[in-house]
Amino acid sequence: MNRTGSRCAVERLKNWKKNITVMDRSAGLVGVESQVERAVLATGPGVEDFVALMKPRVMSLVVFTALVGMVAAPGSLHPLLAFIALLAIAVGAGASGALNMWYDADIDRHMARTAARPIPRGLVTETEALTFGAVLAVTSVLTLGVLVNWVAGALLAVTIGFYLFVYTMWLKRRTPQNIVIGGAAGAFPPMIGWAAVTGGVSVESILLFLIIFMWTPPHFWALALYRCRDYERVGVPMLPVVAGLQETRRQIVIYSLLLVPLAMTPSFIGLGGVVYAVTSAVLGAVFLWLALKVYRTREGRPADRAAKQLFGFSIFYLFALFAVLLGEKLADRLMGLAGGAGVLG
Amino acid sequence: MGATEQLKEEQAEAERVKRRRMRSIAIAVGLVLLVILFYAATIVHLGGDALRRPL
Repeated sequence: MNRTGSRCAVERLKNWKKNITVMDRSAGLVGVESQVERAVLATGPGVEDFVALMKPRVMSLVVFTALVGMVAAPGSLHPLLAFIALLAIAVGAGASGALNMWYDADIDRHMARTAARPIPRGLVTETEALTFGAVLAVTSVLTLGVLVNWVAGALLAVTIGFYLFVYTMWLKRRTPQNIVIGGAAGAFPPMIGWAAVTGGVSVESILLFLIIFMWTPPHFWALALYRCRDYERVGVPMLPVVAGLQETRRQIVIYSLLLVPLAMTPSFIGLGGVVYAVTSAVLGAVFLWLALKVYRTREGRPADRAAKQLFGFSIFYLFALFAVLLGEKLADRLMGLAGGAGVLG
Repeated sequence: MGATEQLKEEQAEAERVKRRRMRSIAIAVGLVLLVILFYAATIVHLGGDALRRPL
């Protein structure tokens, strides 16, 4: 690792020797092939291995945010077409996950967090993952384009392409700004959902995009703070590895200060109601408090605990904001159902 | 080849066949679902009276 790359290790060694021992021990497991896995390898991949390639947990968040985009959008969409749109977006997200695992297989096998993925474990070959991901990507884009509309289809294609070519292949291994710019890929789904209904892009859908875009850096850097040895080991220039832990904490606070007011904006442009206004203000205050806690708590086990707290809360924060938005819009639609509009319309 | 190795080989072969069958079923289900979705979406796009046209 280069000179700057050692910052993470030095700071962590100083702060928490015990943790390093634990992480090194887990890293020792990487590449160890158990008897069970050898037996599985001989019998070929199972359906569950291909499901794991699609990163189901990421997929569920993508589907959820896309659903919010669809429900929040003005206009109507037949329930069947809405289902097809969500399915295509989910499959597109799964394709991105599979293609990411294909390209990153070399570093995944050296990171404790990713060593259990299907390719590092030898359950699926790289060629199988590439073929699987490519077929799903093309199928999902064509399905969304042909059956729903081509704006949504094009946005899905851009999302998959951005995640694979811009984030995974270009930025991830070259710059500490990787997740800042690459975060755009994760921010597209509500915009795709919105486009599926309206056939276009608007200020509201761009705002939903911006909320996730601004949320991504503090979310991932909180994770990187207590996983930086992993990234350092494989040469991925995450911010804590290149700029050090303290600079990362400072950046987390800066991005949190930008995120919280931005996340409150939907209430000011009529996209969110009173419940959203209160929720975004309260949860935003908690988010800022946790970010400041990360900034102030710099040593030992409490520092890692603060980072883990922020990471965990950031997931809840985004989920809660979008859930409230969804709830408000559904309530509006149910009250206006007498007018004859569909629930997803 | 010993009896134990032969038994293991037979079990591995049975598992291989089972996994291949499951993959084939998953692909078949996916393709059938895709065909149904395209058919149903076409009907939706054409409108409710699409099936009630003069021959």
